[in-house]
Amino acid sequence: MARSRVITHPLSRRQILKGGAALGLGSAAALGLRPSWANPWGQTNVYSKGVEDGPEVALAIRRESIPIAGQQARPISINGTSPGPMIRLKEGHDAVLRVTNLLDEPTSIHWHGLILPPGMDGVPGVSFPGIAPGETFTYRFPVRQNGTYWYHSHSGLQEQLGHAGPLIIDAAEREPFRYDREHVLLLTDWTFEEPTSVFRNLKTAEGYYNFQERTIADFFADVREKGVAATAEMRGMWAKMRMSSRDIADVTGSTYRYLLNGHSPEENWTALFKAGERVRLRVINGSAMSYFDVRIPGLKMTVVAADGQPVQPVPVDEFRIGVAETYDVLITPEDDSAYTLFAEAMDRSGYARATLAPREGMAAEIPERRQIADRGMEAMAAHGMEGMDHASMPGMDDAGMAGMDHSSMQGMDHSNMAGMDQADAQGMSAERGRMNANGMLAAGAAQPGSRYDQAGIGIDSGEHRMLVYRDLKAFTPWPDRREPERELELHLTGNMERYIWSFDDKKFSEVSGPLHFNKDERLRLILINDTMMEHPIHLHGMWMELENGQGELIPRKHTLNVKPGERVSALITADAEGSWAFHCHLLYHMDAGMFRVVKVS
Amino acid sequence: MNTRIAMTVAGVLLATVTFSVAQAEDGYDAPAGWPSPVVEHSMGMALFDRLEYAVPDKGHDELVWDFQAWYGGDVNRVYLKSEGENVQGDGESAEFESLELLYSRSVADFWELQGGIGYQGGVFSGDHAERTYGVIGLQGVVPYGIETDAAMQVSDEGDVSASVEGEYDLRLTQRFYLQPRTEISVAASQVEEFGIGKGLNSVRLGMCLGYEMTRRFAPYIGAYWQKQYGDTADLSRADGDATEDTGVVAGVKLLF
Repeated sequence: MARSRVITHPLSRRQILKGGAALGLGSAAALGLRPSWANPWGQTNVYSKGVEDGPEVALAIRRESIPIAGQQARPISINGTSPGPMIRLKEGHDAVLRVTNLLDEPTSIHWHGLILPPGMDGVPGVSFPGIAPGETFTYRFPVRQNGTYWYHSHSGLQEQLGHAGPLIIDAAEREPFRYDREHVLLLTDWTFEEPTSVFRNLKTAEGYYNFQERTIADFFADVREKGVAATAEMRGMWAKMRMSSRDIADVTGSTYRYLLNGHSPEENWTALFKAGERVRLRVINGSAMSYFDVRIPGLKMTVVAADGQPVQPVPVDEFRIGVAETYDVLITPEDDSAYTLFAEAMDRSGYARATLAPREGMAAEIPERRQIADRGMEAMAAHGMEGMDHASMPGMDDAGMAGMDHSSMQGMDHSNMAGMDQADAQGMSAERGRMNANGMLAAGAAQPGSRYDQAGIGIDSGEHRMLVYRDLKAFTPWPDRREPERELELHLTGNMERYIWSFDDKKFSEVSGPLHFNKDERLRLILINDTMMEHPIHLHGMWMELENGQGELIPRKHTLNVKPGERVSALITADAEGSWAFHCHLLYHMDAGMFRVVKVS
Repeated sequence: MNTRIAMTVAGVLLATVTFSVAQAEDGYDAPAGWPSPVVEHSMGMALFDRLEYAVPDKGHDELVWDFQAWYGGDVNRVYLKSEGENVQGDGESAEFESLELLYSRSVADFWELQGGIGYQGGVFSGDHAERTYGVIGLQGVVPYGIETDAAMQVSDEGDVSASVEGEYDLRLTQRFYLQPRTEISVAASQVEEFGIGKGLNSVRLGMCLGYEMTRRFAPYIGAYWQKQYGDTADLSRADGDATEDTGVVAGVKLLF
């Protein structure tokens, strides 16, 4: 069947490669079914092979039969592989990326996290009209940054079909850390269903993919643990809200196969090292809907970069990576033995896995999977549950307390200093409570209602060292040291039952115009999550400096994870004139309307 | 006359759909000819909430359906709803308790206001008395998760009746669920032809145990009790029918 499908298509892969070669594109790397950067020996900073090396790269997009997780599948491929090849550029070069659309529908590529001219950003309808079937679009932009990024389609739901790949930019100057070898680890979520069916299921049948709902058994387990009154009260509150406390992922392992570099856990993609080497892992979450918790049992990881930007080293046992985020970690395996790299989905419905080993064919133990957690008070607080007070909340954990803090802050605005006093009283340091000349919180201060010291749902604090946003600290202050002149507040909103997602209760189809940033202004963007789900919020074209309380050393990111009920803020230098996309990077949330256009002028 | 009222109501509601569809949808100022970065699509679903074979203690066996389908967007939808039964072995065709075409508008989180026209009778034969009616209702989920459908009907003869249905899913495992269900109907006037008395007509309570083989296919078994009251019960007695009955059912829930 696969064979006949290939034949019925107008161009075979070989023809395309021939054509590609004639156009001066295509490396041998494109021949394999698997991305060449998934070479077990990885890359070193001394030599490189098997990648689409810049500055001139040609990419052909098509839909074809390629087995995934051992089953027949029809993903979108880029130069014959899905996910696509790694693109390797160098800081300071002018990139020329020719993208040819061999699909029967329009497509696009967005270079996620890159600072570039607005026409080159690759969002159909915002940056350009898109790439029509049969057309080639040439992206040209100066590469002015380095680090670990990725690229993906910004057309419809194509990203779900594997239309994504890693984008690595080598630094022009020495990076603040050294390593002997590097591996790229791209996490994705694959479904054998058509993305349009997934979206329809989400829209027409709430909880369609959730097979970890609470049952009678959970109720009695809670009664044994917390008592009848506390259990009944907690369950009563959730029932009253008509919500599920197990609503942690909209699309789950019941349909997804979680892949690492395109491989299922059974296929066990292996990355090789030599004992004693320092290995840099460039971890990219290129999935459509899935957050992962990543760890390597037996190895400490040192986080050295977030979203491509260097951070001061943070030793951790595990880190949570939101959709579209990237983290670079260093590991130094001293023993001549294998390690499992384990990326567990946040809702615990599945995992992706790879093996780090000195030789091929080795495997280490796969850790025991954790149980799904129930959302607590913080998620309820997001929904503005009335009648909550601390005293009546038995069995409330730390996360719950933070949620409560948030709820008591609700409706606080910055002219309301009483609110701030309250925040101080609740343990905010004098440093963080300080005001600037504009009467706003000082640049870099953490917003009241933020929970930067928490990893989020499903993580028992104290279990081991988990990366939190508070840990992220820039190496040196970013160039724009101005205090914010203006604050822009946006609520993340939604209606789970109808699967409507929006900003300020308005879907993209309901807003009357773009969000406006004044050219060159220093802006504070405040995001308040009124839903009970995490949202990875991505701004195109400009960095967001995450105000995680690190003062002048706040880190900068392209994608911010906002937890349920949380209030986070970022400083933005609006220096990129033009129109830019701004959206939730959960693919089906974006498609359901959680999308805005930002206009800088 | 009353048919006209129903038609007018439906007309007004349909005009509202058209009106609300014609909202501005440019959230940005892109050049003409560029596509929208996010495109909304209308979609639809169809659900046999119950498609079951009922074996009552006193009456005849019946094939019973409870169907609804919708098409539309996040706010405005068109519904097709139907309930009815085919009594086995009576030589008559299926009787539609209701066959309704409704406009539905989301009025609050979890709630839809619905209105339109309905038909009661035997669609494919003259075996059953027929009437048309206008209907207005509220469908949604009340706090604590009970799915509710309350509706009021005004027939072409001006007879007013109302009904409320509620059901709740209690999850035993990820696949097994227990579903208690209730249905209460009342009427403002007697309509002998349809066996309807004034006041409280009937109460039905049921419980079923289902197994979701998939989200789209769930076989179930169940039992019910139903009782007629007042004039409605008197009309049944006059026909020689039981006014109180229990029964068992086996059926499937089908989602398309």
